Amino acid sequence: MDYLQYLRKDKMPHIWCDGCGHGIVLKSILRVIDKLGWDKNNIAMISGIGCSSRTPGYVDFNTLHTTHGRGLTFATGLKIARPDLHVIVVSGDGDATAIGGNHFIHAARRNIDISVIIYNNYIYGMTGGQVSPTTPGGKKASTTPYGNPDTPFDISRLAQAAGAAYVARSTAFHVGKMDRYIEQAFTKTGFSVVEVLTPCPTSYGRRNKEGRGVDMLMYQKQNSIGIEQAKGKTAEELKGKYITGVFVDKEQADYRQRYDEVIKKASKLNK
Amino acid sequence: MEIPNPNIHMWQGNVACAEGAIAAGCRFFAGYPITPSTEIAEVLSQKLPAIGGNFIQMEDEIAAIGAVIGASLGGVKALTATSGPGFSLKQENIGFAVMAEVPCVIVNVQRGGPSTGLPTHSAQGDVMQARWGTHGDHPIIVLSPSSVRETYDMTIRAFNLAEKYRIPVVLLSDETVAHLTEKITIPDPASIEIIDRKKPYVSPEKYLPYQIDETDIPAMANFGEGFRYHVTGLAHDETGFPTNNPEKIKAQLERLNRKIQRNRNDIVEVETFETEDMEVLVIAFGATARSARRAVINARESGVKAGLLRMKTIWPFPDEEIEKIYKSVKKIVVPEMNLGQIAHEVEWATRREKPVVRVNKINGEPITPNEIYESIISQG
Amino acid sequence: MSFRYEVRLSGAGGQGLILVGKVLAEAAAIYDGLNATQSQSYGPEARGGASRSEVIISDGDIDYPKAENIDILLALTQEACDKYIDGLKDDGILLVDSQMVTNIPKGQYKVVALPIIQSAVERLGKFLVSNIIALGIITKLSGVVSESAVKHAIRARVPKGTEEININAFYTGIDLATHWLDEHGPL
Repeated sequence: MDYLQYLRKDKMPHIWCDGCGHGIVLKSILRVIDKLGWDKNNIAMISGIGCSSRTPGYVDFNTLHTTHGRGLTFATGLKIARPDLHVIVVSGDGDATAIGGNHFIHAARRNIDISVIIYNNYIYGMTGGQVSPTTPGGKKASTTPYGNPDTPFDISRLAQAAGAAYVARSTAFHVGKMDRYIEQAFTKTGFSVVEVLTPCPTSYGRRNKEGRGVDMLMYQKQNSIGIEQAKGKTAEELKGKYITGVFVDKEQADYRQRYDEVIKKASKLNK
Repeated sequence: MEIPNPNIHMWQGNVACAEGAIAAGCRFFAGYPITPSTEIAEVLSQKLPAIGGNFIQMEDEIAAIGAVIGASLGGVKALTATSGPGFSLKQENIGFAVMAEVPCVIVNVQRGGPSTGLPTHSAQGDVMQARWGTHGDHPIIVLSPSSVRETYDMTIRAFNLAEKYRIPVVLLSDETVAHLTEKITIPDPASIEIIDRKKPYVSPEKYLPYQIDETDIPAMANFGEGFRYHVTGLAHDETGFPTNNPEKIKAQLERLNRKIQRNRNDIVEVETFETEDMEVLVIAFGATARSARRAVINARESGVKAGLLRMKTIWPFPDEEIEKIYKSVKKIVVPEMNLGQIAHEVEWATRREKPVVRVNKINGEPITPNEIYESIISQG
Repeated sequence: MSFRYEVRLSGAGGQGLILVGKVLAEAAAIYDGLNATQSQSYGPEARGGASRSEVIISDGDIDYPKAENIDILLALTQEACDKYIDGLKDDGILLVDSQMVTNIPKGQYKVVALPIIQSAVERLGKFLVSNIIALGIITKLSGVVSESAVKHAIRARVPKGTEEININAFYTGIDLATHWLDEHGPL
């Protein structure tokens, strides 16, 4: 396929570092859009702040780069006002689950028809490697020089508990799975989340002696385990492993369907 | 007994705001409950779906303004309403709407502050926050109604100015006006002027979302109309994409501020009362202007020639309008339910050439006509 | 010179005084063609017991919308009477429930004490309509709005199915006031 038809070529080169996994995620998103045959005019891509949130600047859709953590709120307004648009939010671990954590769980609760792709690299990369809500305990960041005292969020489990209709996790290495999950998310009516674990060699790998981008991808390859295989394993056995797969895939009325019922009732009562 | 006219209502200020929004073409509301603005949300939760619009109660104040900006980018006129603490929370995204030039209306029904303050009592302490609440040098339009009917009219005007100038407009009400039930005769819908954003007339390939032209107000394409442009809160050039080029940043930010400055005569509205031969000028806004009017009448009955300038637009500040009438007065009285936020501006506008007497009250109670009257007739 | 008539309705939260204020204001503004405003104090303060609702009626513009020189003050509880008596004119009317308010504050005003709540219970079998009885008394004593305007405003405002009992309550109030005036002479 021709990726360039979806890219704003004049905005290249992008800001992502050598070995960063974000470009892999972007390509996957574009492959799925191409496969689905969506009209570029009907796609809105929205982000907050961070490395991942620069994605909309590179793609030839209706693009909106908002304030930190708030991408989902803008997306909610746009999707309600314009149900005809495919609304995609791209976000990072800090953007989606720290400053934007409240919006994330409420968008899931509402089951609004928006797809969120979360590039989870366990770090605030753009600002130089501060600890994020998904940085594993003990790991180093520029603001946890003695190791992270906190325990991390499991983003997929969080989305699942909050009521999302579709939740899946892949690594940046497992491109085939990522494509499949993103396609399922994009075609799902309701709130869908794909969490992609992506390496940040510059701000995370280097500090935690995990090597370069390729080394981090190889680690993903060797240490991923499917949800089914992970069942029955102890926490000790799963330490350092990435559990990937589809966490949720369910049919339920989305926000639009439920609000259309409200409109029906209100119109009848106010006649 | 007269046969009731169906256009006459006894409405609360907040109800008039909601009805005005609908009359202005608003079809999207996102909000979060907060006293004393909640009735606006309640009325719209009932009325908007009945006319095919959308109402949503968001998870917080920040989400509410975010959703409003998103809806407006989709081409739907959008409103949010709040009060002091919620207005504080919205400031970041108000700045986004200013920077990205997304039309929207934010109602702030002022209550006592600081902090949680006095949720059910009146104040006018958010004058400066409305002007400078969000960071950076930015323009803003702030209107303040004194009555229920004016709340209706001004809500419509707020949408019109937002659309015309691509800017968030703040309707700065107060608990007194918002919760006052008053007689209102609503105008014939056909007589209401509605302004919509200027649409691009060029092909998508040639569209520059932040083009600098002779109007300083770029045409706005809605998302999904084939223009596929980029919107960001970062400093950007005429294409809408981020830039670090100092010349381009300067050009855009100057235009952003200039589009309001050069149109201030269209935006600023004041009402004068008994100012022709006055010796004492009273400057007031919002609920306080009602007391000020009564004080001026009472002063005139006592033989003191007082006059009133009522500010309907707070920002841009009506300095030119004050300039025209203050030269001949002996003093200026500025009553306000804060500690002198407008008085300070008046002193600037009049270069401290006249004594500016402050009548301030911050205990949640409205300023009475008599409190203003005393300051008008006092020789001190 | 336009007239300005100020009414303050006070009592305990839940006695329906805000409704009375709204009906009175609507009667004046919508049905009698006058101007009117209605406001209330509410919030944490009102939960303490005493609550108030104020109505200003005029044939001219109403600038300051709060009561300052009150023409008629209704007090349904002693606490409300003590708390909200300030502002009642020297020749104003203090209308109290004769059983609830036994300690009449000293002043130059004309005191009208009537068994408002008792009448609601005994004549109409419903404590809840005390407020509308009070509205009837105020309508008669003040003369500021027409009976027919208030009647229309009540019908437009009260919940469906309760129109008749509320209209009866309104006339019970008119009746109480008429008897009082017969007995004591005009105010």
